[in-house]
Amino acid sequence: MTIDISSMHKSFGQTEVLRGIDLSVDKGELVALLGPSGSGKTTLLRIIAGLEWPDAGGLHVDGQDWLALSAAQRRIGFVFQNYALFPHMIVRDNIAFGLTVRPRAERPDRRRIAATVDELLHFLQIDALGGRYPAQLSGGQRQRVALGRAMAIEPTVLLLDEPFGALDAAVRRDLRRWLRGVHDATGTTTIFVTHDQEEAFELADRVVVMGAGRIEQIGNADRIHDHPASPFVAGFMGATIELPVTIRAGRAGTALADTARLPAQALADGPARMFLRPEDVAPAADPAGPWQVASLSSTGPQIRLILRDTAGTEIPADLRRRAPGAAALTPGTRVQLHPEAAAIFPADA
Amino acid sequence: MNRRTGARPLLIGLAVLLTAILVVAPLVFIFVQALSQGWAVYAKNILDPLTLHAIWLTAAVAVVVVPATVAFGIAASWALAKFSFPGRGVLATLIEIPFSVSPIIAGICYLLLYGRQGLLGGWLAEHDIAILFALPGIILVTMFVTAPFVVREVLPLMRAQGSDQEQAAVTLGASGWQLFRRVTLPNIRWALLYGAVLATARAVGEFGGVAVVSGNVRGQTNTLPLHVELLFNDLNAVGAFAAATTLTLIALVALVVKAVLEGRR
Repeated sequence: MTIDISSMHKSFGQTEVLRGIDLSVDKGELVALLGPSGSGKTTLLRIIAGLEWPDAGGLHVDGQDWLALSAAQRRIGFVFQNYALFPHMIVRDNIAFGLTVRPRAERPDRRRIAATVDELLHFLQIDALGGRYPAQLSGGQRQRVALGRAMAIEPTVLLLDEPFGALDAAVRRDLRRWLRGVHDATGTTTIFVTHDQEEAFELADRVVVMGAGRIEQIGNADRIHDHPASPFVAGFMGATIELPVTIRAGRAGTALADTARLPAQALADGPARMFLRPEDVAPAADPAGPWQVASLSSTGPQIRLILRDTAGTEIPADLRRRAPGAAALTPGTRVQLHPEAAAIFPADA
Repeated sequence: MNRRTGARPLLIGLAVLLTAILVVAPLVFIFVQALSQGWAVYAKNILDPLTLHAIWLTAAVAVVVVPATVAFGIAASWALAKFSFPGRGVLATLIEIPFSVSPIIAGICYLLLYGRQGLLGGWLAEHDIAILFALPGIILVTMFVTAPFVVREVLPLMRAQGSDQEQAAVTLGASGWQLFRRVTLPNIRWALLYGAVLATARAVGEFGGVAVVSGNVRGQTNTLPLHVELLFNDLNAVGAFAAATTLTLIALVALVVKAVLEGRR
């Protein structure tokens, strides 16, 4: 199913949560909505599901106006963050729910429903859990049941709200790979919401970065990582160090870093903002350098330095402990920065 | 440590002693008095037509009131827990009023509303509708008194559960009724039963409010608690206590059911 969202707006009271969203999702695509909390990503997902209604804008799926349909009519599969399994039903009945509530004329008979549930249990690799209650399952198992319940109705679109939010790291990684497999096997158009970059990039074909009710950038991991479209995306992607620079003839210049290794910028002359990741700071001992190592901590393979300039500004810098020249970076050493990668935006961006 | 070990048996002993004096002794005394002249006299008193009528009337009131309270409790809890609308806080407070107001005030309010000199009294008399000093009045006052019982149990549970499960059911295609019967109701069933048991106990035992509106007509509008008082005023101690045993037994059964339900929750 192709999903088309156009100039969508939504406010809760005085708070504008969506400020004009335009987005197209292709048939069979797996798309992540990535953003910090409050960016509007969950609201957008719930509008697609029919659990919220926008104040303005359009939502068309395969050309059909979905804003004219109720949640039940859209036949979407929605997986809730906390799974929202029915606690008084065993796993089998949870999965069968969407089939058993159909009007009699459309409802498959008992045997067909049982067969569908068997198939799903097998597909989700939880064959043995059919007779258990949700309270008797682990988080990862609940997640699978929730997905099975959503898939049982053969949804037009699969929507997942923070699908791995409540799970521990190891289970998250397993389930991520597994969900990708499920998607590849079924080909259902899928949108999921997450605040975890790694999760978004590992799982999705395309990542939609949202911030404060707007789409900031759409792309794959490399594109968003190397070429953030806005200071917000740069910061959200980990480039949290901001230094003021001046652009002259396409080159950024500052006394706070050696910018010779940075590529040329297509920016007009004038003041600009440079964003760096702690791992891209590339500090090197230099008696004339503007920074001084204020402190140092090691995690074994990595060291983190806190650098301080004469104005008292502090920035973090990460590097490999065994990197050439790293041993010289002891507290009190003066250093210069030699970044090779940075995101630079005009000062008014 | 010493002080704590000393205080423990003392506190437990006090609690047991006070419970025995204040609760158990009077309960036992009811049965002792009721049976003081033997089973035959007890049976005669229970089977007295007026007492039987009071038992029947009380049961009839409960049979009408409790389902109404349950229906009201579900509707009000649903509205308060799952929707936000102007005046929600006011409604939540209003529902609690019967808890804080003496039932006799409720009785007097109904008197002022439906009485001969009351606001609706003239119209009711013209159309020959008897509310006061008749079954409808007793039922209305009992409904007022028991109104918050189910809401009190069900609302906090519904609030804690949120509406994710209902939303999940909606996305899976459930209709409003399927959603209620298959998702909402099973989730609140024990709280609902618990509230219903408490409401039943209260409906059966209600005295003050009913005393004002029933008119105490023996064999007609005399509920069991009112009948106990009348018998007592007649100096028929055995009769009064015999009638009281039925009320006590209903209360004890309710308590046992309540304890069982609490275990299930």
